[in-house]
Amino acid sequence: MNNTDIKNKIENKFSELTISGEDKEFLTIEIPKNSLKKLLSFLKNDEELKFDYLFALTGIDFGEELGVIYHLESTKTRKTIQITVKTNDRNKPEIETIHDIFPAAYFNEIEAHEFFGIKFKGHPDLKHLFLPENWDKGYPMRKDYTDINMLIR
Amino acid sequence: MEEYLTDQLKTQEYFLNMGPQHPATHGVLRLLLKLDGEIIRNVDMDLGYIHRSIEKMCERDTYKQIIHLTDRLDYLSSHINNEAVCLLVEKALNIEVTDRIKVIRTMMDELTRISSHVLWWGVMGMDIGALTTFMYGFREREMINDIFEETCGARLTMNYNVIGGLRYDLHENFVKRVKDFIKHFKKKLPEYDKLLSNNVIFRKRLEGIGYISKEDAVAYGLNGPTARGSGVSCDIRKIHPYSAYDRVDFEEITFPEGDSYARYKVRIQEMHQSLSILEQLVDKIPEGEYKVKTKAVIKLPEGDYLQRVESARGDFGVYVKSDGQKFPYRVKFRSPGFANLTALNKMSEGLKIADLVAILSTIDIVVPDIDR
Repeated sequence: MNNTDIKNKIENKFSELTISGEDKEFLTIEIPKNSLKKLLSFLKNDEELKFDYLFALTGIDFGEELGVIYHLESTKTRKTIQITVKTNDRNKPEIETIHDIFPAAYFNEIEAHEFFGIKFKGHPDLKHLFLPENWDKGYPMRKDYTDINMLIR
Repeated sequence: MEEYLTDQLKTQEYFLNMGPQHPATHGVLRLLLKLDGEIIRNVDMDLGYIHRSIEKMCERDTYKQIIHLTDRLDYLSSHINNEAVCLLVEKALNIEVTDRIKVIRTMMDELTRISSHVLWWGVMGMDIGALTTFMYGFREREMINDIFEETCGARLTMNYNVIGGLRYDLHENFVKRVKDFIKHFKKKLPEYDKLLSNNVIFRKRLEGIGYISKEDAVAYGLNGPTARGSGVSCDIRKIHPYSAYDRVDFEEITFPEGDSYARYKVRIQEMHQSLSILEQLVDKIPEGEYKVKTKAVIKLPEGDYLQRVESARGDFGVYVKSDGQKFPYRVKFRSPGFANLTALNKMSEGLKIADLVAILSTIDIVVPDIDR
């Protein structure tokens, strides 16, 4: 199963997403945030695709928008796929949690929440994991975060 | 009598703080244990005691400068981490390195893996209470560190890989020293089994403890020897071969049991495999350049890049999003230890504190790798 087959299969099922990178190492999908969970559970549960291993969950600041990038790997075909989801509300960014589909996402979502301020709707405990409990100086991994003592460009 | 006691006497659940300064947590890891007597009901973790925000630091550094930061992640697989960044840039810019570079990188990787595993083996024994193993483990590790020191100039944070090759050529003693090491380690590895693997007390502490099923292992994103102890086939050297791994003959070690002892056996067997890879390559280091010429300023074309390697702890990954500048837009280091640690609660449920120490040891965490 190559990238074009995977692309066709996903496009038959979902119309609202954009897929690119058939000629590259892995496919890149961008999807609106309300269809994210549907797509991920389809990718995980489909017998042919079987993207059941959440390799990485990365929070990212696009400047105007905030987002999360998911890298999944299939334990059957050994293909990788990249899924990007964006939210344009910088003050109250909300993306649905996927830890009920991929338990591996649980702590990664806490990390993305801490450093980017992305709230994962449905996550039971978005506590401070890496930062001190009383941290109130904002979200350090965002591009507009400044700290004159700690960050020297 | 026992039934009567558990019926009548209600125990109260309480919290115990383990770490951050606790020898069994291998660094500054803090665990919050919810206990019922000595039985673990829940394990919660608190991280970040040595968080340096390396991912953010990478955003202000050039690609060449990033390499030395990866040493400081998992310091026991520093060579492999360096290689991941180099491979990523080389793949993105289509830089083809010579066979000599590939073979030397592979040999260094395997030496790193052995040195990490012998340290783990020594500490594993010590966690269980067998203090002697620590000395034995360090005896072999010292030989490898000497090899590194001679060629790379450093013992721990080697920083030997550069984009397009290696920093220096091999030292003239390298081949002889590696051969000496292979000869020595071949004799000593069976001794490891005599000392620890077949020890009754040791096995009783590990067998059937810390079980995690194959399905759970995949779902929790476990990787490396930890996942292979549950029968998951996940060796990146086999799945996505890099450097010279496609030309050497080795086995991927998996055990289906899913308990602590299976994870222990995987690492012991992996040392045998690493030794066999070294044996295959040591006489066949090709002649050629040790460094390919690259541009002075390295800029990756706009796009997403991902490179995965098999570090001593598992599936280490570097993800870079580039906007075409000489600094990366976003760098993510996928830490194998962090993924393995998330399953700790699942593994240790209903066990005792002493078992938790054994489990922590068999998932082989390195805290700087988790905190990043």
